[in-house]
Amino acid sequence: MSRTGIIIACILMAAVPYFFASGYQLFQLTLVVTYAVAILGLNLVTGYNGQVSLGHGAFYAVGAYTTAILMDKFDVPYWATLPISAAVCAGFGFLIGLPALRLGGLYLALTTFALAVAVPQLLKYRLFEDYTGGVQGIVILKPDPPFGLPMTGDQWVFLFTLLVGIVCFVLSANLVKGRIGRAMMAIRDQPLAAEAMGIDIAMLKTRTFAVSALMTGIAGSLGAIAVQFVAPDAFGVPLSLTFFVGFVVGGGASIVGPIFGAIFVEFIPNIADEISKAAPGAVYGVLLIALMFLAPGGCASLVRKAAPYMPWNRKTG
Amino acid sequence: MAESLPHLMRVTDVEMRFGGIVALAGVSFDVERNQICGLIGPNGSGKTTLFNCISGFYRHSRGDIVFDGVSLTGQPRHRMAGLGLGRTFQNVALFRTMTVRENMFVGAHHLGSSGFIANALRLGKPRAEEAADGERLEKLLDLLELRAVADTVVGGLPFGWQKRVELARALIGQPKMLMLDEPAGGLNHGEVDELAVLLLKIRENFDLSILLVEHHMSLVMRVSDKVIALEFGQKIADGTPDEVRSHPEVIRAYLGDTSHAA
Repeated sequence: MSRTGIIIACILMAAVPYFFASGYQLFQLTLVVTYAVAILGLNLVTGYNGQVSLGHGAFYAVGAYTTAILMDKFDVPYWATLPISAAVCAGFGFLIGLPALRLGGLYLALTTFALAVAVPQLLKYRLFEDYTGGVQGIVILKPDPPFGLPMTGDQWVFLFTLLVGIVCFVLSANLVKGRIGRAMMAIRDQPLAAEAMGIDIAMLKTRTFAVSALMTGIAGSLGAIAVQFVAPDAFGVPLSLTFFVGFVVGGGASIVGPIFGAIFVEFIPNIADEISKAAPGAVYGVLLIALMFLAPGGCASLVRKAAPYMPWNRKTG
Repeated sequence: MAESLPHLMRVTDVEMRFGGIVALAGVSFDVERNQICGLIGPNGSGKTTLFNCISGFYRHSRGDIVFDGVSLTGQPRHRMAGLGLGRTFQNVALFRTMTVRENMFVGAHHLGSSGFIANALRLGKPRAEEAADGERLEKLLDLLELRAVADTVVGGLPFGWQKRVELARALIGQPKMLMLDEPAGGLNHGEVDELAVLLLKIRENFDLSILLVEHHMSLVMRVSDKVIALEFGQKIADGTPDEVRSHPEVIRAYLGDTSHAA
């Protein structure tokens, strides 16, 4: 897509809050952006690098708690918690990645799954209770719009989340189309050849894992600010699986994929609920399977197929 | 310093055992600069094992391989490209989901050093690296006649084309020695002829040596300056193609022992 196209899309997205009177719809859109960033993180490691993670909810949790604790216990302004949260999550991801990536394949999937199972319980652990608030979690305050901007708190939170989200997407898009991104994909496609081209597989995988955890951690921070509340049970195994579903639905190794994935995981459960109050899970399952039939390879593959026919690409396609 | 050495690679007494089986029993030879060196031998003679020892895929149990003044023994595999060893694979090991161009850029990975942050921010360094690699890439597209498929995903290309992509991917890394593992495998007669021409053209255009492991006799004899013949993990002949072709041990290894039958 052309650069101007992207800029126009960004402005349109930023204009959205003025057209949505309802605070709840705005909140849902904020969560879509948040999830998109989280799924983007997962896509870097699983889609581009081929390392299956079923535990990215854990990194989301660490990001969310870092922000909540900093705001609640240390009076750090919400925006200043983001870089700290990013650093903490990258460090956490790196440490987890060091031993986990040696396993590879299904064993890595299990290891990360174990992480998803363990983290909520660790957050309840009595020793950390002074900071984490134990089972109760932490309530944080909604940030006010800065510089007396004429908007509501919800509108500002949406704009702030969108801004951070756009930065995350631009940085990731740059990363995957350059030297490092190609190396990530080379390892996924053909590790032996990648090594022969001079790629240090262990190092690159571990760093990719750290960057992935960083992205998903920032999403956790954004989520905490939007929801104004963190509690251990919100970050359990279902959240990790939600990210994984969003990743698959959106399409692997794609930058736009996570946006579609996030829209799916945010809105489809509600739609399923409206279709059948008795068995929303079954409806969700059917919708998921239907989508996999209609768009094998995820939504991103549909976008890729349609791209040559789009007006801005006609000349090349 | 290293440039003053007459030979580019010296293999000294390399032995490789798999359990009780001796795959290489003390092989020694040199590869000179700008030389095409053919490595031949019947199936199971140890050519591929030797190839894998040089490329770091196997760890030889004895002996040493010194490449351009640096011992390859014990080097991690991802260091080999940086030391000047480029290679192709027996059954083609391309990055299937990536385009020809992207595959080639990966071949230049070891020449760059920009990391995650510089790439995410698209700072000057990754851009400069990509520009430099891109220049060589364009030339290689022409030399290897790959321009028409430059932006095609390699997984769908015919086998012969994929082999050329592998060559291009190895060459963009500016190797001092290009290691080819059975490049003629799976090619038809005409394609083998084209390959021979191409290999000579590559040697002419780049300052490099080629180590050619190959079954295909006529190809090896046609392009090599020097041929080394292996049998049962031992070197049985080492010399010009003519010398090796007429060497009694080589004839015996390939055609069977006729003197005893008589």
